[in-house]
Amino acid sequence: MATLQLHGLEKRFGPASVLAGIDLSLADGEMLVIVGASGCGKSTLLRLVAGLEVPSGGQIVLDGRDITHLDPAARDIAMVFQNYALYPHMTVFDNMAYALRIRGLKRAEIATQVQAAADLLGIGALLARKPRQLSGGQRQRVAMGRAIVRNPKLFLFDEPLSNLDAKLRVQMRAEIRRLQRRLGVTSLYVTHDQVEAMTLGDRLLVLEGGRTAQLATPMDVFARPADTYVAGFIGAPAMNFLPAALLPGGAARLSGGQVIPLPCGAGPAGAVTLGVRPEHVSLADNGIPLTVELVEPLGSETLVHGRMADGTALLAKLPGAAPVGEQVTVALAPDAVHLFDAASGKRI
Amino acid sequence: MERRTIFPGRLLPVLLAAPQIALTAVFFLWPAGQAMWFSAARQDAFGLRTEFVGFENFSDLLADPLYRDSAGRTAVFCVLVAALSMGVALLLAVFADREIRGRAAYRTLLIWPYAIAPAVAAVLWILVLHPQVGLLGRWLNRHGIAWDYRLRDAQAMSVVVLASAWKQVSYDFIFFLAGLQAIPRTVTEAARMDGARGWRRFRTITLPLLAPTVLFLLVVNLVYAAFDTFGTVQALTGGGPGKATETLVVKVYRDGVVNLDLGSSSAQSVLLMGAVIALTALQFRVLGRRSAD
Repeated sequence: MATLQLHGLEKRFGPASVLAGIDLSLADGEMLVIVGASGCGKSTLLRLVAGLEVPSGGQIVLDGRDITHLDPAARDIAMVFQNYALYPHMTVFDNMAYALRIRGLKRAEIATQVQAAADLLGIGALLARKPRQLSGGQRQRVAMGRAIVRNPKLFLFDEPLSNLDAKLRVQMRAEIRRLQRRLGVTSLYVTHDQVEAMTLGDRLLVLEGGRTAQLATPMDVFARPADTYVAGFIGAPAMNFLPAALLPGGAARLSGGQVIPLPCGAGPAGAVTLGVRPEHVSLADNGIPLTVELVEPLGSETLVHGRMADGTALLAKLPGAAPVGEQVTVALAPDAVHLFDAASGKRI
Repeated sequence: MERRTIFPGRLLPVLLAAPQIALTAVFFLWPAGQAMWFSAARQDAFGLRTEFVGFENFSDLLADPLYRDSAGRTAVFCVLVAALSMGVALLLAVFADREIRGRAAYRTLLIWPYAIAPAVAAVLWILVLHPQVGLLGRWLNRHGIAWDYRLRDAQAMSVVVLASAWKQVSYDFIFFLAGLQAIPRTVTEAARMDGARGWRRFRTITLPLLAPTVLFLLVVNLVYAAFDTFGTVQALTGGGPGKATETLVVKVYRDGVVNLDLGSSSAQSVLLMGAVIALTALQFRVLGRRSAD
């Protein structure tokens, strides 16, 4: 249990900059989820904290101690790998006991701690098995057990659920959160799955091209995305982006000519991008005409892929099994419209 | 899926297989058959009369203390060669597995000795170790160490072990390197994060995961040392001084070609052939188990 601070953490591979100055501060017991598209540097960030990569610049402070140049073995950090990385030649018990043996704990003490961790994860009956005799979900639990049995200062999760099937993923997701809360261990969790990002973290760090795009609570990131990258990444299905021009007097004109009133009489006139989540698009008698290209009925809701008159794509998520014709007219909920600068993509 | 080619007649396939069958027959089946025949026969000193004696050559051999000495010497030689070549190769492979500058060049250089003929390798070692000609040999003698592997038993043995092991290091190196690279990186990383360093990590993680490779190479090295080192030993010491480096294959050559005791030499060949067959069968089983994993 500890606090973690990153000061201007940088990583370059040759001329390519992977991380360009990450600043971060984690409170004791906090769980921070790091998301971003592949190649945004999220795994590199985790490996730097783990000590498996050497930073090109900046500082890592764990519990008040500078660990930037410390060997991973001396950091007291546990990591759960994407492919679990269990020791294939050892039993589940030995996998979990390995770190404790290295610390020179007594045999009886090791047995007690391993048993306790195994019971916590419901793998007490598997202790004598080898990893190859386990299912994917069981291996995942053993990997978790190997991490928690050490009682480390910091947990690192590197996309731990991406190798599991959908049902198991939902189950393990809840379990990881419950465990983390119960043990109160400060954690960094890397994922590209935005549902995990929304549900697991106390706070969310969205990385884009090695920079912090936004750092806030999940609901904040969802409600007030800092730019179009974040807005498009968080939320499923992804947000619609419509080119528009800002009119004086608190309205915006879409490129098709329709005028949308805006609640906040925002900003100077100019080119903007309107962001609207699909769930905030509804059918309306007198609205924007839409040519329907594809209808996906999901049971509880219906996804309608359409194009506006000027060719801009628009996705609507309608509640229930809405009957949809080839031509519909839709309205955008004015108070749910996000405004972004057309050039920089930043929120206005 | 099994690939099958259908030939219209019998003549063509027989013709295509004939060269290989002829080679096997002329260079293996015929001499091996002759060795079996000679191993059950005894000739007079001039080769004028041949007498069938059954298993007498074999029972004489097994009762012969010289033969048992040679077998024991061969065992020691094999163990030393296998241990030395595998130890050095593993060390080099561990270093080559890291991120180092010029890794490709380093690996290529390490593989070269494998391409050198045994007799040429022996000459190279003579140029290094010969008490009058060799660089190291002269240096040792100048510094008061009585070095002459042609006179001292232990020195002779160490020289043939060194030269034989050196030639095999390349082969072992390739396999060890491949084995090391097959170990998932995340497993070693997990061990690092679990607090395991250096030797301890190597002993508890790397070595157990390398065990199939070690087992396979052990069999290969024993076979190599026992049967494939005749050229090196013959060119370096000729089995001497006395019988100090006379391994079983060297003894076959000495008894048969030099001393013209064809019966005993053939019996020894047959015993060696049996040993090769046994070891090869063992090797196939080890290999089979590796691919089954």
